[in-house]
Amino acid sequence: MATSGVSQVEGAAGGGLVPWALIAGYGTRDGIGASAHLTHVKVSDFALTTGGVAVGFFDRVELSYARQWFDTGRAGARLGLGEDFTFHQDVVGAKVKLFGDAVFDQDRWWPQVSAGAQYKNADRSNILAALGARSDDGVDLYLAATKLFLAQSLLVNGTVRLTKANQFGILGFGGNRGAGYEPQLETSAALLVSRRLAVGAEFRTKPNNLAFAREQDAFDLFAAYFLNKNLSLTAAYVDLGDVALQGGQKGVYLSIQAGF
Amino acid sequence: MLRAAIVLIALHTGAASADDTLYRALGGQEVIVRLADATIDASVTDPRITHTFDEVNVRRVKRLLADQICELTGGPCVYEGRTMQESHYHLDLTDAHFNWLVEHLQDAMDRENIPFFTQNKLLAILAPMRRDIVKRDIPAPPYQAAK
Repeated sequence: MATSGVSQVEGAAGGGLVPWALIAGYGTRDGIGASAHLTHVKVSDFALTTGGVAVGFFDRVELSYARQWFDTGRAGARLGLGEDFTFHQDVVGAKVKLFGDAVFDQDRWWPQVSAGAQYKNADRSNILAALGARSDDGVDLYLAATKLFLAQSLLVNGTVRLTKANQFGILGFGGNRGAGYEPQLETSAALLVSRRLAVGAEFRTKPNNLAFAREQDAFDLFAAYFLNKNLSLTAAYVDLGDVALQGGQKGVYLSIQAGF
Repeated sequence: MLRAAIVLIALHTGAASADDTLYRALGGQEVIVRLADATIDASVTDPRITHTFDEVNVRRVKRLLADQICELTGGPCVYEGRTMQESHYHLDLTDAHFNWLVEHLQDAMDRENIPFFTQNKLLAILAPMRRDIVKRDIPAPPYQAAK
């Protein structure tokens, strides 16, 4: 019955795009669990690779680290950066479960609620500045509520995130169209199809801070398959909208995760 | 009063005990008895939790578990054992012990070819009972007398 979801692109336990209120790893309230993931997202003009680890303490606190590589591919040439120009970002995350238990509080109406923070530090500061970003690092704050309706085999999650990040932070923080924190809404729904398979969808709004390039909402449809207790594969169709002047970035998300 | 308490719990979790839909979906009494037997057999032979059955009448536990599943899913049984808190407090059970037994129940339901969606309806009724079974959640005795 233990579940912690998979790892989202910034490293926290959740769906592929959205952090959930669940704590990473299979640790119970008496112990420690962990997960590691490697994810590759290939959309029309870009590729994003992330790798990370997350540790869950006593089903109460989660610490995570993720490293992201954002490869501009041929779009890099079009943007004047050079083909295959790559941005990098480090994300250090912390999450605390505030109350509720998504799995065991089936007889209660309230969800499991967690608060989290993600400190993000992107490189290529001079380029980010040239694009209009105000900063190359920033902190996202979020509140996530997760509820598993076990009798319906359905998990739902809603997350509110305060962020200034452009394209998850990879294109810096804040910009010439917006500098302050804006609340973003992120939601996931997953249907448990069997002990090995879950399918679902996610939606994530994003700020639109940079004048040079419109940023849009992100969406995915995913299937997560558990090969065994410790290993899972997630595949998703992902639509990131416009990214850095390259329209309609749609493509595939693939992730492998180990959980303990 | 104990029966009323269990009915109240069942109603709370959305499984109105006047409705035997889940009882029948599981396969009725025959299957439930097999589920209880298989779950307890697997648990007794599981080296991680076998010790929790040392001082227990295993046949009695199997019968009580079957009665409980039957009653909670709307079947024609009456669970007549002690409360979950009373019967589990001294076993010092952890979350992990609880999870392992539930896995054995899931395995038993798989072997009975009970559809996954139906399995989860039973698990949804049983999950909230964790707080009456694992040591860290149970208040120390003496308990209120079973009503």
